[in-house]
Amino acid sequence: MSTQASAVKRVKKRRPDQSMGWTPYLFVLPNLLIFSVFIVIPTIIGFVYSFHQYDGLNPMEFVGFDNYKEIFKDSEFWGALGKTARYAVIAVPSIYCVSLAVAMMLIQPLRAKGLFRSIFYWPTMISYIIVGLTWKWIFGDFGIMNYVLSLFGSEPIQFMSNPFFANLSVIIATVWSRLGFYMVIFMAGLQAIPIDYYEAARLDGASKIRVFRSITLPLLKPTTVLVVMLALIDAFKAYPLLFALTGGGPGKETTFIVQYIYETGFAKQELGMASAMSVVLFVLICLFTALQNKLSKGGED
Amino acid sequence: MELKSSARVTLYIGLIVLAAVWLFPVLWIVISSFKTNNDLYSFPPRFIPSPITFEHFGDAFEKGNFGRYFLNSMVVTISSTILLLLINSMAGFALAKYRFKGDTILLVGFISTLMIPLEVIMIPIFKVLSFLGMFNSLWALIIPPAATPTGVFMLRQYLLTVPNELLEAARMDGASEWRIYSRIILPICKPILSVLSIFSFMWRWDDFLWPLIGISDPKLYTVQLALSNFIGEYNVDWGSLLAMSVITMIPVLVVFLIFQRQFVSGMVTSGMK
Repeated sequence: MSTQASAVKRVKKRRPDQSMGWTPYLFVLPNLLIFSVFIVIPTIIGFVYSFHQYDGLNPMEFVGFDNYKEIFKDSEFWGALGKTARYAVIAVPSIYCVSLAVAMMLIQPLRAKGLFRSIFYWPTMISYIIVGLTWKWIFGDFGIMNYVLSLFGSEPIQFMSNPFFANLSVIIATVWSRLGFYMVIFMAGLQAIPIDYYEAARLDGASKIRVFRSITLPLLKPTTVLVVMLALIDAFKAYPLLFALTGGGPGKETTFIVQYIYETGFAKQELGMASAMSVVLFVLICLFTALQNKLSKGGED
Repeated sequence: MELKSSARVTLYIGLIVLAAVWLFPVLWIVISSFKTNNDLYSFPPRFIPSPITFEHFGDAFEKGNFGRYFLNSMVVTISSTILLLLINSMAGFALAKYRFKGDTILLVGFISTLMIPLEVIMIPIFKVLSFLGMFNSLWALIIPPAATPTGVFMLRQYLLTVPNELLEAARMDGASEWRIYSRIILPICKPILSVLSIFSFMWRWDDFLWPLIGISDPKLYTVQLALSNFIGEYNVDWGSLLAMSVITMIPVLVVFLIFQRQFVSGMVTSGMK
């Protein structure tokens, strides 16, 4: 009885949010341990590696900023980065336009809306490896695409060995696989726009295009910023899809930055150099994210 | 909003055409996987396989060792998901319901790990895995990805809405903190945990980069790794490859079909704003 009473007293004195000694730390511990071991420590190690020459077997040799200096002279690195940027510059607006268009269609009152949503969403559930493989099969030598082209009297195209068409295939596969994800984000954004605005515009007799430009687009700015940044970061990390679709070829035509870093680190065993490249890529991603924060603050007014 | 009937018809036609384009690639893969080798490489392509054959599926399992890869993927996906649900809910609980020294720093720290893409630290991760003796073991694909900032954050936000009085009442009844977590918090979290388990299932089943970094022994390949390895071969055996892809899509399709209603509409109405 007395212990119970004192327990009650103790509980009553305690603020609901009061410290529990070690308990909360124990609850956080497993996550913290994994994050530290597999994210924080590797990040630090990677940074240290980037100042060393290291092949993974022989002892590391400190080289200061030599890796970074070499990266600045490495035309293949900048080539890969440039190709990644070109891919991003085409893929991001394509994804933006197609997903927004589909989202706008699907927020209308329609029958079978759920079915359409599912059809567009389904490819986002498929792994990049299978997405790449699917389009490789379609664009391949026995692929259906060349058959369709031949119906229009066109010569067969070697999609995978022509740089232009290889890049085009990559873009098509990317848009196909990402549409559903961004469509969902756009639908949420579009549904958040108060319907009164549209009704007022309709009473004023504004045209559809006018409504889209003067109401939808400006009010969709926060969503736009989110979509563009997510798609941009996605583009800069693209690798598995390319691996399965083009293998980085023809030549190095679709070898993007992550694949180049992977090859430098694992195939060429230049861990120091590859780590320095990772640092450069990380800085780029940080810049994008910082830019996003800046832009989304602008989106609030 | 009402639509004019002409606008409605245009809309439907547009959607149907687009949906057909979106459906086609997967359909084509599925159809092709049932074709004989003769049919597979015939030009012009035949749309309906005649005769229908299951030989590629048999080959995938017999020659391609696909059963083993499938099992590896299952083991990884299921155990990593269970681990994720357990440790993420523990961390989410602590961060939502306790005030302790460093809690804000921990939360910010967890979320900022999102800023470091796996792609930029894959080389040192490989070193850490080797150092811990986890390289070439399925543990490398189960344990590290189980801690996710997204999961911790989702659970924390969800648990913030749970009234503290509920926990206080349990404490007054003499329940230990672990008991509160396992008997009160976990059941409350059921809806969010089911969303998270779908995500986790998809992340792990579709994953390529972790297996690529953590596994080199073909016996331990996951389905994605096995597929990518087959693609890289000089003479691509498209029949088996297509069959394997079709089988690989099935578990995700099942998960998707079971949860698609909650999934797509849930993402539209909540969370994403």
